[in-house]
Amino acid sequence: MKKTVLFGLLMAMLLAIFSFLASSFPDGLERVAENHNFLKNATNIFKVPIADYLFPGIKSEKLATSLAGLAGVIIVFLSGVILGKLLQRER
Amino acid sequence: MHIPDGFLSPPVFISGWVISLGVLSYAQKKTREYLKDKMVPLMGVMAAFIFAAQMLNFPVLGGTSGHLLGGVLAAVTLGPYAGAIVLSLVLFVQCLIFQDGGLSALGANIFNMAIIGTILSYYLYVLLRKAMPRSVAIFLASWLSVVMASFFCALELGLSGTSPFKVVLPAMLFVHFFIGIGEAMITVLVLSFIFKVRPDLIYTGGKL
Repeated sequence: MKKTVLFGLLMAMLLAIFSFLASSFPDGLERVAENHNFLKNATNIFKVPIADYLFPGIKSEKLATSLAGLAGVIIVFLSGVILGKLLQRER
Repeated sequence: MHIPDGFLSPPVFISGWVISLGVLSYAQKKTREYLKDKMVPLMGVMAAFIFAAQMLNFPVLGGTSGHLLGGVLAAVTLGPYAGAIVLSLVLFVQCLIFQDGGLSALGANIFNMAIIGTILSYYLYVLLRKAMPRSVAIFLASWLSVVMASFFCALELGLSGTSPFKVVLPAMLFVHFFIGIGEAMITVLVLSFIFKVRPDLIYTGGKL
């Protein structure tokens, strides 16, 4: 089981590291919003730590993207495990 | 299709929150009924994998891209309810830390991707599985998960008055018809691999 978890986590980290290879075209919703003139409605109601999947303070955009991905993978992995433990406890 | 703040009207985004919180509270109750000890770390792994895969946009037609949503992937392995919770967690982190999807729209995003794209799509998979081979059922269900999520997303945009129904519905369905093919191919690939190497990790409850 430990091996499976490590393997899955490693795969996620590899995907995150190579995320700078992702297409930078707008996604489906952004494309529709742009074509039909409502992309301008988008706002942000608060400031986030890692906006646009770019780790702050890093010059290279590729490296900033990889680091943002790795940070996300770790945060989401740990919170997923904690959430799982909480859901399992009260049985 | 993470909806940002500013696209949805208050009645629509508040309804999104109310419905999603209701369904998630049911989902956590159901998850407690079936979550085995060995699945706990897998919730983290699946969340991490889906988060990373969602960063990898693939190009589709006409200068547009799409990325995996992962609803069917999470539901087939963890079951529909733990799957929906994992998808919601990913959406929550994307919203709070990466500004991907607005906070006001988070309820609607959870509804589209974690409820329609995960729970409903899982039961469609179970139905389809009765009539066809597993890979075909996975392909169709994951394609449908994206198309259905985009339909509800368009519905919310129309109801909010952001864009007329007759414009936004066909436009969203058209582009997600193609993005869904990418979703289906990735989901079949990853699930075939899991079925081959660790079939014991596949959720087996929830037969209709």
